[in-house]
Amino acid sequence: MASPAVHNAPSLVTAAGGQGTVGDYIALLKPRVMSLVIFTAVVGLFAAPGHIHPWMGFVAILCIALGAGASGALNMWYDADIDAVMKRTASRPIPSGAVEPGEALGFGLVLSVASVLMLGLWVNVASAALLAFTIFFYVVIYTMVLKRRTPQNIVIGGAAGAFPPMIAWTAVTGTIEPGAVALFLLIFMWTPPHFWALALFREGDYAKAGVPMLPNVAGRAETKKQILIYSLLLVPVIAAPLATGTAGWLYGSGAALLTLKFLGDAMAVFRAADRATEDRACKKLFGFSILWLFAVFALILVEKLLGLAPVGGLL
Amino acid sequence: MAAPLQPFSPEDMTRRRKRNLALALVLVALMVLFFVSTMVRLGGTVAERSL
Repeated sequence: MASPAVHNAPSLVTAAGGQGTVGDYIALLKPRVMSLVIFTAVVGLFAAPGHIHPWMGFVAILCIALGAGASGALNMWYDADIDAVMKRTASRPIPSGAVEPGEALGFGLVLSVASVLMLGLWVNVASAALLAFTIFFYVVIYTMVLKRRTPQNIVIGGAAGAFPPMIAWTAVTGTIEPGAVALFLLIFMWTPPHFWALALFREGDYAKAGVPMLPNVAGRAETKKQILIYSLLLVPVIAAPLATGTAGWLYGSGAALLTLKFLGDAMAVFRAADRATEDRACKKLFGFSILWLFAVFALILVEKLLGLAPVGGLL
Repeated sequence: MAAPLQPFSPEDMTRRRKRNLALALVLVALMVLFFVSTMVRLGGTVAERSL
């Protein structure tokens, strides 16, 4: 006969661990970031020249999404101490106590390995290698090395968020082509003004956590100047999909108008004289920057689906 | 030192049941994913190939 202790074992739980809900584990994957990753990857998949079996296309997007989610979980595991002191992130699963750090680490590692293996075995090795590099870049280069050391963390680390459409493109073609680099550049150059706008109206949060974001290291005036510079750099970057033949006139005209509005919002941030106006302008730029990225990629997708995309480019 | 054991509350049990259900769904989805992906990779004429 089983002893009372053994009989009672399944109905006991340790005080720590094993308390997370399904929602907590989904939150570890950073679903909002993941939705943008999925969308830009889908555009990369459609924009790439060549053919991929629809099921394999689905598998590629699933693996990219899982890889992005894994990066998010590993980022939350490493940054739990910072997240706990920042208002925006204090309710995340680890600082709130819903998920143990070790559980998040295991979850992130398993998903990382699984997503890379599945992409490599079923789609192609080149895209799997790129996905593995992206996870490494986000978790090790950005989260562990750059984020707590340099105010340029966003500039270099932004590359991690720019890889998904390139991975999807490579899933179709098996190689990295100029068109894929053009899509990469769109996100890469968009990241600094997007995050610095957020950092300006959340400056106190980052300073409290000891994260050297540009506003609390170089000052608000310098950050506003850098936002304007990077916003201006978006102008040549939006031409890259045109030059590579990835997109045509519909994208070109739409992206030009959207970027004009982006520049207008960046200029409003630059010119803001007092803190209240500055915060308002930053929130406006931050909100519009999300719409800008979505719309620019949507234009490429729509053009491709309507058969309006050009056949070849300059590069 | 290991954390002390406490009895499961009804909320704990509900959470655990939902987690288990989600895991079961993930496993079923993985089965479908592995099966269909293998079939697609092998191609439609796999049953007719010479051994």
